[in-house]
Amino acid sequence: MSDTIWTPSDVELARRAVRRRQRTVSLVIATVMTALVLGLLGLVLVLSPGWERFSETFLSWGDARASFAAIRDGIWLNIRLFLLCELAILPLALLIAIGRGTRSPWLAPLRVVAVVYTDVVRGIPTILLVVMLGFGVPALQLQGLTNDRIFWAGVALVISYSAYVAEVFRAGIDSVHPSQVASAQALGLGHVRTLRHVVVPQAVRRIVPPLLNDFVSLQKDTALVSAVGVFDAVFAARDYTNYNFNYTPYLVVAGFFVLMTVPLARLTDWLQARVVARERAGAR
Amino acid sequence: MTSLTKDPSQEVELAPLLEVRSLRKAYGDRVVLDDVSLTVAPGDVVCLIGSSGSGKSTLLRCLDLLETVDDGQILFEGDDITDPRVDAKRVRRRMGMVFQAYNLFPHLTVLENCVLAPRRAHGLRSKAARERALELLERFGLAEHAHKHPDRLSGGQQQRAAVVRALCTEPTLLMLDEITAALDPELVGEVLDIVRDLAARGTTMVMATHEMAFARDVATTVCFLEGGRILEQAPPDVMFTDPAHPRTRAFLRRVLG
Ligand SMILES: Nc1ncnc2c1ncn2[C@@H]1O[C@H](COP(=O)(O)OP(=O)(O)O)[C@@H](O)[C@H]1O
Ligand SMILES: [Mg+2]
Repeated sequence: MSDTIWTPSDVELARRAVRRRQRTVSLVIATVMTALVLGLLGLVLVLSPGWERFSETFLSWGDARASFAAIRDGIWLNIRLFLLCELAILPLALLIAIGRGTRSPWLAPLRVVAVVYTDVVRGIPTILLVVMLGFGVPALQLQGLTNDRIFWAGVALVISYSAYVAEVFRAGIDSVHPSQVASAQALGLGHVRTLRHVVVPQAVRRIVPPLLNDFVSLQKDTALVSAVGVFDAVFAARDYTNYNFNYTPYLVVAGFFVLMTVPLARLTDWLQARVVARERAGAR
Repeated sequence: MTSLTKDPSQEVELAPLLEVRSLRKAYGDRVVLDDVSLTVAPGDVVCLIGSSGSGKSTLLRCLDLLETVDDGQILFEGDDITDPRVDAKRVRRRMGMVFQAYNLFPHLTVLENCVLAPRRAHGLRSKAARERALELLERFGLAEHAHKHPDRLSGGQQQRAAVVRALCTEPTLLMLDEITAALDPELVGEVLDIVRDLAARGTTMVMATHEMAFARDVATTVCFLEGGRILEQAPPDVMFTDPAHPRTRAFLRRVLG
């Protein structure tokens, strides 16, 4: 377009200098404010009357090291449980959400089941589901079914979370503008194809943040399997504290759980930013 | 706040309302605006014409500070608004922008769309904002739709509502980006009539348009853009009868048939 190679004018260079200065000022303000707030919080903690005793029972380096190996082995179970449950939850929840949205009179029973399922399951505290299934099903001694408590605790998590995630999916599906459905139908796509190729892909982009919320929540709730005596990270920590009367292992477990969620959060942010950059470019 | 209408007694020598100097904008390696200069005096109606992709929307977006420019300057009411220290919000409060795709807020009624900025950005009292909005809606034949949500309206009505929404803040400069491009031909007229009415009242406007007959009618200046440059800039009677640049001639031959 331009024949000559462009060099920024003095005005532009001055503007860049101003922007650089503004960035530096912002950075300084952000750093100082963060340090100030964190410093104050730390001070409140350290100056509290019980700090001495607190740091002995919660911040003991020796106990952290001693319990580390068992907790690390336990967290591996939490991770596997989380990944497998998530794989089951996503399609199940999508089915429930789509089931609720069907229009055909033949599928009325499916709609009823989907509504009842989400209403009932979301009403039951997850820990009760875990205990009921984890202890209950093995007690039935059914032929051909495993008595593995980890398995049944996992099933409980899948049941509980698929109800929540289904509602997230449904909200996402409802948020796609009706004109999109109309355009797809005008192209001759049926209800299922419209959902599959037009509505769900758009809905999924919008529900990534709330979905991540439920994922993180599930990661933590894998700790509920310790209620049925499964040797996960929390169980390992409790085991240690019961014998040594020191609560530091709980902090170690908390640290592990945080480490688990951070990569997922960063991944979702990155995915989201990529979609925005690609699809919202120059939105006007 | 400067008045919307110009006083016909002092036609001569008005300081420019907007002055664009050697504007440049690039997306990555792609130069979209290259050395664009333009002066708009109060009461001017500047029409930007040119084929799709020539940079008309980008220019308008730069003027409204919706994009940061890569070089050059934009002076609005004498202030350099491309200075990073300028508060874009305050500048935009004195400008109005209407988009091709209406961009009305679907969760608000037409009236609520119209009073949002006067109340929340200009600090107008609710009653005053409603009165002004209703008066404008009435003037442009939208009074009966004031309490409907935009999705219930036809395209022409929506676009008229979008123009009213932009007018409710009494902008000194109104920018219109191909506001009839998404409309049925039979609805184009009702929207253009509004713009014609505004032009007659002396509203300063910069608009991108494909409606050549209309541009010829209302414009004080017509700019022909190609490849991000203003190739030619002239009053409509010159531009449409005796364009200087061969590219302009080719473009006009294409669109006028
Ligand atoms: N956000 C963006 N990223 C990259 N290129 C863009 C973006 N916005 C516009 N463009 C490009 O800039 C050029 C000018 O676009 P535009 O100003 O919309 O033209 P017009 O309004 O005249 O049709 C086009 O080639 C377009 O592809
Ligand atoms: Mg455009």
